[in-house]
Amino acid sequence: MDFNFSAIVDSKDFLLEGLKYSLTLTLFATFFGIVFGTLLAMARLSSIKPLNLAASAYVNLFRSVPLLLVIFWFYILVPLISGVQVGADKSAYITFAIFEAAYFCEIIRAGIQSISRGQVSAGQAMGFTYAQNMRYVILPQAFRNVVPLLLTQTIILFQDTSLVYVVGATDLLGAASKIANRDYIPVEMYVTVAVIYFTISFVLSRLVKRLHTAIAVIR
Amino acid sequence: MGQYQWNWGIILEEVYGTGEYYYQWLITGLGWTVATALSAWVIALILGSLIGTVRTMPNKWLAGLATAYVELFRNIPLIVQLFLWFFVLPEVLPEQMGTWMKQDMPMPEFITAVIGLGLFTSARVAEQVRTGIMALPRGQRYAGQALGFTLGQTYRYVLLPMAFRIVIPPLTSEFMNVFKNSAVALAIGVTELTFQMRQITGEYAPGNPIEVMTMVSVIYLIMAFSVNRLMAFIERRAQVPGYISGGSK
Repeated sequence: MDFNFSAIVDSKDFLLEGLKYSLTLTLFATFFGIVFGTLLAMARLSSIKPLNLAASAYVNLFRSVPLLLVIFWFYILVPLISGVQVGADKSAYITFAIFEAAYFCEIIRAGIQSISRGQVSAGQAMGFTYAQNMRYVILPQAFRNVVPLLLTQTIILFQDTSLVYVVGATDLLGAASKIANRDYIPVEMYVTVAVIYFTISFVLSRLVKRLHTAIAVIR
Repeated sequence: MGQYQWNWGIILEEVYGTGEYYYQWLITGLGWTVATALSAWVIALILGSLIGTVRTMPNKWLAGLATAYVELFRNIPLIVQLFLWFFVLPEVLPEQMGTWMKQDMPMPEFITAVIGLGLFTSARVAEQVRTGIMALPRGQRYAGQALGFTLGQTYRYVLLPMAFRIVIPPLTSEFMNVFKNSAVALAIGVTELTFQMRQITGEYAPGNPIEVMTMVSVIYLIMAFSVNRLMAFIERRAQVPGYISGGSK
């Protein structure tokens, strides 16, 4: 069989459009996932029982069900609740931010728990409120400890965005599959997206590894 | 949301004009999910242990090859890998084999999903097994050699039995992941649980998606919980007294 390179060149604009969506979705979900995940982590470590339980339930629920299922959940629920047809592309933003928060929460919780108790006491002794203590003492150190893990999770998240294909969103895979079906060139399209996903994920994971060793040396 | 007609009895109803019931569809789906996940897990465990072990071997070439395998399967999304196996492989194989895959291979979706998911997971299992072996003190390897064991024997009798006990907790989460990831098989047409859910909420009973999705989610929760308990049981049975996390008794 012949590998039709010109077909890829012809469709590069549409593919780049898809890649742009995948990357935007990744960055959006990472940002809100970390913000929301931090709040969840604080709730999970809180001494207020109901808060603690609610956060645990949230995290365990989302970590026990497939992401695909959650994608369908929100794809159907968001229009039902809001009454607006938001479409697959937009509902994916909400889905990923909410779903990934559960995973980021566990990483950040591990980071917070890696800080010694004395740090908390020191903050309190300085007269810091809980919020100040978190903001100036605990979280900066916790984040620094888990930066490599957070980045690794972001790479996984980037790969997971390919699942929005199933609700018809035009991410990188979605774009490729639309062209594959239109021009009947599945081999060219799927090999191309595989190479793109591989290159991005591989390079990023190498960089994270280097960062990891760099940090390990400093400590 | 105000006009949503709740009907929790929906799954006991008959699928219009088929003589089948919704709950039967969900059970069939569950069956395929479990079959896909378990078959893929067997492949992943065998291949993953092998590749993870090879990565720790003194032979640089073999170790490098195993590392390349892991990197390849870890850095491409599962759904794309399934597409490669399902849509691309038959086209790039010699014509006869390709035709056979497309026309005569029994249960093409299921077999492809099992192999695809199995290889994908094997790279993750390999990473865990390698970490387990590396976590052992170097002295264990030397001790094996000092006893006159060959490399194979050292692995078989000294390193692997300890390493596998160390990696039970991370393998537990991989085992749970295999069940969750099996949902991706719907993209190539395996009629597993999430596929059935999509079919019911999409075409057949679009009026009651929340009930159906809730039930399916609960089934996944039960599966995750069962796997977790099973692995905890295995972990308890396999623990070495006075060693690692296990031996508090």
